[in-house]
Amino acid sequence: MFISNVHASGFQSSAVETSATLPLQGTQIAAQWDQLYLFLVGLSAFFFVLVVGGMIYLAFRYRKSHSPRATYITHHHGLEALWTAIPTVLLVGIFIWGWSVYTKMIQAPGDAMEVRVVARKWNWQFQYSDGRVTLGELFVPVDKPVKLIMSSEDVIHSMFIPNFRLKQDVVPGMYTTIWFEPTITGKHQIFCTEYCGTGHSEMLAKVIVLTDEQWKTWWMGKKISATIPFAGIGGIAMPQVQASASGGAVKLSGLALEGKALFQTKTCTTCHSDDGSPKIGPSLKGVFGHKVELADGTSVQADENYLRESIENPTAKIVKGFQPIMPTFKGMMSETEMNAVISYIKSLK
Amino acid sequence: MATIEKHSPATPSGAHHYLNHGKGLWSWLTTLDHKRIGVMYLFTVLTFFLVGGLLAIAIRIELFTPGRTIMDADTYNRVFTLHGAIMVFLVIIPAIPASLGNFILPMMLGAKDVAFPRLNLASYYIYITGAVVALTSLLFGGVDTGWTFYTPYSATAGIGVVYVLCGAFIAGFSSILTGLNFIVTIHKLRAEGQHWDRLPLFCWALYATSIIQVLATPVLAITLILLVFERLTHIGIFDASLGGDPILFQHFFWFYSHPAVYIMILPAMGVISEVIPVFSRKPIFGYKAIAWSSFGIALLAFLVWGHHLFVSGQSELANFIFSLLTIFVAVPTGIKVFSWVATLYKGSIHFKVPMLYALGFLELFTIGGLTGVFLAIVSINVHLTDTYFVIAHFHYVMVGGALMAFTGGIHYWYPKITGRLYDEASGVWAFIFVIVGFNLTFFPQFIVGAQGMPRRYWNYLPEFTTLNQLSTLGSFLLLAGFVWTAFYLWRGLKHGPLAGDNPWNSLTLEWQTPSPPPHDNFAIDPIVTDWPYAYRAENEK
Amino acid sequence: MANQPVTSAGHHHAHHFKSADHEFSAAKQGMWVFLVTEVLMIGGLFVAYAIFRGLYPDMFSAAHKFLNVKLGLTNTIILLTSSLTMLMGVSSAQRGDQKRSLKFLAVTFLCAIGFLVVKYIEYSHKFHDGLLPGANFTNTDPLLMHPKTPLFFSLYFMMTGIHAFHVIVGMGLIAWIMKRTAKGEFSPGYYTPVELVGFYWHFVDLVWIYLFPLLYLVG
Repeated sequence: MFISNVHASGFQSSAVETSATLPLQGTQIAAQWDQLYLFLVGLSAFFFVLVVGGMIYLAFRYRKSHSPRATYITHHHGLEALWTAIPTVLLVGIFIWGWSVYTKMIQAPGDAMEVRVVARKWNWQFQYSDGRVTLGELFVPVDKPVKLIMSSEDVIHSMFIPNFRLKQDVVPGMYTTIWFEPTITGKHQIFCTEYCGTGHSEMLAKVIVLTDEQWKTWWMGKKISATIPFAGIGGIAMPQVQASASGGAVKLSGLALEGKALFQTKTCTTCHSDDGSPKIGPSLKGVFGHKVELADGTSVQADENYLRESIENPTAKIVKGFQPIMPTFKGMMSETEMNAVISYIKSLK
Repeated sequence: MATIEKHSPATPSGAHHYLNHGKGLWSWLTTLDHKRIGVMYLFTVLTFFLVGGLLAIAIRIELFTPGRTIMDADTYNRVFTLHGAIMVFLVIIPAIPASLGNFILPMMLGAKDVAFPRLNLASYYIYITGAVVALTSLLFGGVDTGWTFYTPYSATAGIGVVYVLCGAFIAGFSSILTGLNFIVTIHKLRAEGQHWDRLPLFCWALYATSIIQVLATPVLAITLILLVFERLTHIGIFDASLGGDPILFQHFFWFYSHPAVYIMILPAMGVISEVIPVFSRKPIFGYKAIAWSSFGIALLAFLVWGHHLFVSGQSELANFIFSLLTIFVAVPTGIKVFSWVATLYKGSIHFKVPMLYALGFLELFTIGGLTGVFLAIVSINVHLTDTYFVIAHFHYVMVGGALMAFTGGIHYWYPKITGRLYDEASGVWAFIFVIVGFNLTFFPQFIVGAQGMPRRYWNYLPEFTTLNQLSTLGSFLLLAGFVWTAFYLWRGLKHGPLAGDNPWNSLTLEWQTPSPPPHDNFAIDPIVTDWPYAYRAENEK
Repeated sequence: MANQPVTSAGHHHAHHFKSADHEFSAAKQGMWVFLVTEVLMIGGLFVAYAIFRGLYPDMFSAAHKFLNVKLGLTNTIILLTSSLTMLMGVSSAQRGDQKRSLKFLAVTFLCAIGFLVVKYIEYSHKFHDGLLPGANFTNTDPLLMHPKTPLFFSLYFMMTGIHAFHVIVGMGLIAWIMKRTAKGEFSPGYYTPVELVGFYWHFVDLVWIYLFPLLYLVG
């Protein structure tokens, strides 16, 4: 299998895809997984042809018009022993192969970089060893092992990274872990695969695999100038999310444009649209500068401080007709990011 | 016939039989006749199948495009939950045992009825009660937990979930009591001379099924009770914040629900084992192996539930054991499949509609079974679980397996139940729609699942659109096939030609009496002198 | 049914059975299968008990001290007695002594009432002390500081509650066979319902024999 470390600018997805039916191979283990998977596909095809091909052949060969009298056969011990023994041996072999791949999947190297993951309805939060927190984007260096230590704040979620052939449930009340060593830079899709309610299908995130240089820049807290391309699926955003972030016809610039990007990466779009249509939460179009009716019957003028409070302490003022379910984003956004998001919301007239 | 020495004299069809034994709706609703109870089950199951099927079509239409097509996420979540709950608890579990099994089993044994006729009727009403209670949840905004009811999500969901849980609990008792009834019937009411090694394979399959129903369903019952109390009073057994364990719920749930899969598929295998020899005019190949493999499957059914929890956070040792045990399910299953194919060898194959469904079953079930091996391997499972690969796999087994056999069985015993024949040509064409539609619906789901599309997604990445649209297209062909089938079967009730007592020249006992059968099944108690698959030359007309 | 055979004892057996004995053996087998189902159902709770006791043995041994062993023991004796009287009731029915059978069944029924009265006293104490399942637990006794303590009372109430439900169902069944006995419907040739209710009652008793040490004497 051809594995390469393609740098952000020169990334070509077609070069590393094993087949159209599987996602990109984002790790060494993904390549081993694919070998076993493709072997099983081949073996299944063989048995399918044997059974179904045999069935079709026999059914036509001995159709009534060609075979008016059946032969009285009741059993054949040798044949029965054969089709009991051969599958048994094959299955045990497959099991051993499968288990050897699995042991590699679960044994994280001791020097793996640890990132803590918190899942909640409906976003993914990543906490790094220096205390930094990101939302919806997991930044990791290429060719270095990374271990995720995951827990949930509410119900069961599941972390699924197709490019790494990895999946692990995230369960309230306990820690679960996975590890990977990405070999391809770019944005790798993360899905939630344990059903968790309204926003389940939009509880997405990305693993952003950086080159050594980019990683150093990011770890120092600086901005990465290059745009990071998608690795495999996820390049086209889901329609609802896309429509939400399109921002209508308003021409954005500077801070608001930055805020628009954050609006998506911080997963605001899971619950809030910018086109006036209510989702899980109220739409943010035309909110700024207007009166907002609250659940307790009072109303409030939407200004910068109201928006800030709603982001940092969402349950303080609940908009009429919505549930108090938004998690706090306090500490997950820097002061500049907060400014950018608020100026984007301001621009949604 | 060589199988029995005495059998009832041929009475002209249209004479006195179970359908005109009593008149009016009340005589049906209060009947203790296993045949009428079977027919009532059949109609009820088919009604729920229609509802569940239309919900499936709604799901496929919504998934025709990413994002909103016809409904919002909350509605979609309710629709797929209802589809799953109806199809599992109200359609596939009772489909073959409670309808065809109720009608055919006692007759195959040469008995006049099941052991406990009153209990049998009670089972039917318990099932109806369960269905009504479950559907009451719709008045409370429906349920959006998925049919698996995983905690803690289900413990915080709307109050409707309590009705669905109670409904499933009640319907479970119907399943237990039917299983109990069948076990005792098979033990105590076999005809004289019908030794265990002369028992038709459909009866063997129902026997193995009944054992699972009796042993596994009560565990679901207690699980659902605990979950109802969890939802209503927060007893905390499944709630991590109160010291409980949400994974324990999954263990309990799958301890029932994995065997439940075999409750669904074993009777289907029984139907196939009857149909193939009849339409090959040849004994079933490897009778003993097929009979015993049912028990192999039933035993393994109780030892493999943990393969649903490979990524739940259970221990590596548990993953090792459950994976190892799970792959062995393929051995008895393989024995059956190979034996069915071998039965065709040097047969005289009659391509009648029941036989087409049996061959269709073999095609679909083989794919379902082979992809089951993928999912049994832990490492492969990690990527594929909770994706559309799993959806495709279990639809190949549950629909391609259980429902194809059910449909085949309905065609096979249609003359027995109604005394008439359906339109054969319509049957062939509808079958083509069903088999093509089914493969087009579900095969693309294997690919989209392997590509990474998770299950229970209302919205999906645009990359997955083409395969989803193929799938939706297929679902319409499948719908057309089933609607057509319903039409010609319904028409045949009135307009079909009279079938005669034994149109397929079958040797099992249920055919050695008039069609439709008299109220007491047999005028004289039959005596069995040979096994049920003695399709020797001298027995052929 | 016109063609129903009549046995010497006067009982009509259903037309699909060869004889009354045939019917009786089928009914007994059905009851055994039903009891197997019951074992599996209760078994789920025992599994939950085993898992949590394995995880938190200290909590279990602290919490069980808040159950009243004297009352539990009283109930054990009541139920054992009732099993004995049930046995006598069945054997009297088998020998055709309807009056004696009725007396023993009545004593069994009274035992069941006694059991439920004691259960009521126990439950009301628990409610008063806030020793309730899960989120409803409000007791603040220092001996119950273990954070998982509510779980013990969840198991206690679920296990004894489901058992008590079975006792109530059993009382209904006993009342039913008492009524039929009083009407003289049973004879040495036909006493199937009495025998089967007896099976059921012994099973209910047996479950308690396991519950009592597991919950009250766990320390």
